[in-house]
Amino acid sequence: MSTVDVLFYLLSAFAIVSATMVLISKNPIHSVLWLILVFFAISGHYILLNAQFLAIVNIIVYAGAIMVLFLFVIMLMNIKKDAEPQKQLLVKLTGVIAGGSLLTLLIAVVKQTAQIQDKQVLLKEGTIGLIHPLGKALFTDYVIPFEISSILFLSAMVGAVIIGKK
Amino acid sequence: MTILAFDWGLVIEKLILIAVVVFGSLGIALYTTFGERKVAAILQDRPGPNRAGPFGLLQPLADGIKLIMKEEIIPTAANKWLFILGPALAMTASLMTCAVIPWGSDIELFGRKIALQIADINIGILYVFAVVSMGVYGIMIGGWASNNKFSLMSSLRAASQAISYELAMGLALIALLMTTESLSLKTIVEQQIQGNWWNIVYQPLGFLLFFIAALAECNRTPFDLPEAENELNFGYHQEYSSMKLGFYLFAEYINMIMSSAIMASMYFGGYDLPFFDESTVAPNIAAMIGVGTLLIKIVLFVFLFMWIRWTIPRFRYDQLMNLGWKTMIPMALFNLLITGALILANL
Repeated sequence: MSTVDVLFYLLSAFAIVSATMVLISKNPIHSVLWLILVFFAISGHYILLNAQFLAIVNIIVYAGAIMVLFLFVIMLMNIKKDAEPQKQLLVKLTGVIAGGSLLTLLIAVVKQTAQIQDKQVLLKEGTIGLIHPLGKALFTDYVIPFEISSILFLSAMVGAVIIGKK
Repeated sequence: MTILAFDWGLVIEKLILIAVVVFGSLGIALYTTFGERKVAAILQDRPGPNRAGPFGLLQPLADGIKLIMKEEIIPTAANKWLFILGPALAMTASLMTCAVIPWGSDIELFGRKIALQIADINIGILYVFAVVSMGVYGIMIGGWASNNKFSLMSSLRAASQAISYELAMGLALIALLMTTESLSLKTIVEQQIQGNWWNIVYQPLGFLLFFIAALAECNRTPFDLPEAENELNFGYHQEYSSMKLGFYLFAEYINMIMSSAIMASMYFGGYDLPFFDESTVAPNIAAMIGVGTLLIKIVLFVFLFMWIRWTIPRFRYDQLMNLGWKTMIPMALFNLLITGALILANL
């Protein structure tokens, strides 16, 4: 086992444990904090793949901005434990079965995709995740999708301002 | 078995560097509190702390001992784990910034070339942003876990202020990045040493915006709304006592030092001593001169922070938000446009 393998298994265990804690925490604030840890673990995986830009943007956008808004909302709602509606066992069971089926399906699809079979993941190397090649690719080969998505963001921003003004 | 087969010399070297930087900045922060009180005293025409030791120089130590010795109180209605996590997060986030700051040029010891920077990553500035956005959590969690209305209000203020000014800060930085074409702080400093001018000459408006945003990010006057005593008692750390309170107060000073170091590195040449050719002296001496220069620049910036604090009154909350969203962001976009046009015209 190389250092990268050790790190990979550590990060994966960290991510899975944190994600489980998101689900089983009774306090919604605790769930949000565990979710932030999940994002950190995923950023760690990005760094193993040498995608430093993605790793740091994942932290800035998800852990730094979106989760702060989640915390805001939950803190202001002031959820009490006993005020939370208790779901029936049948509903819970249905949820588990549906979620489990989806997971099985997703794993099956990923396993059978011909494009990724027998392919080795590039660990510690490959330059596409670094900022210069990524910027070049975004602004030359993929410039039209990039611009369209920025227009999408702009329209979302304008929409938020209009709703906020009402 | 090839587990952990890497250059142990590098690990030891980095660990020593981390220890020096962390304890160094803690020590400087300790004396920054003393400096703050002395500067306040001079501006208000009074002697300031002068009892403990010569010129009151032992005052910060006395304050530190006092903070550690005080009784730890965790309110019964508080969320215990998060109450402890809050100050720890605030301190960690403010210390993490120092990882990407280049403190000087390379030195040579025991035949090894040692870079006076913990990590030269090619996304250095984005890393600083990520850490800054993490700093909000310490304040938010601490304020919420205290289970006190004033603390909660104050932490919500702090968080919304930090999010608003992060945008202007980012936009001001993008203009700088357009001229330097690199995100690595080391590269940016080296460009300024080799080029004719410091970046402040190319980005005066960008620096002004960045400086104002840094004041807001550090919760310093005139943007210290989270600590507005007359509205919110003491702010988000109202329920804290002993060293937990000390961590929050300390984190503020370390934030000041780190943002001064970032500003010095990005706009004022970092460890570059002006009008002096570093290649005329031995590399180790040049590196030491560089470290000293950067420290002097940091002290000057910290003094500017204090000067502003004891001169300018606090904004009202709506004024703060208007300034952030309706003045700073449009100005930063304007700066971006001008920079882009000048780069396009090859000036």
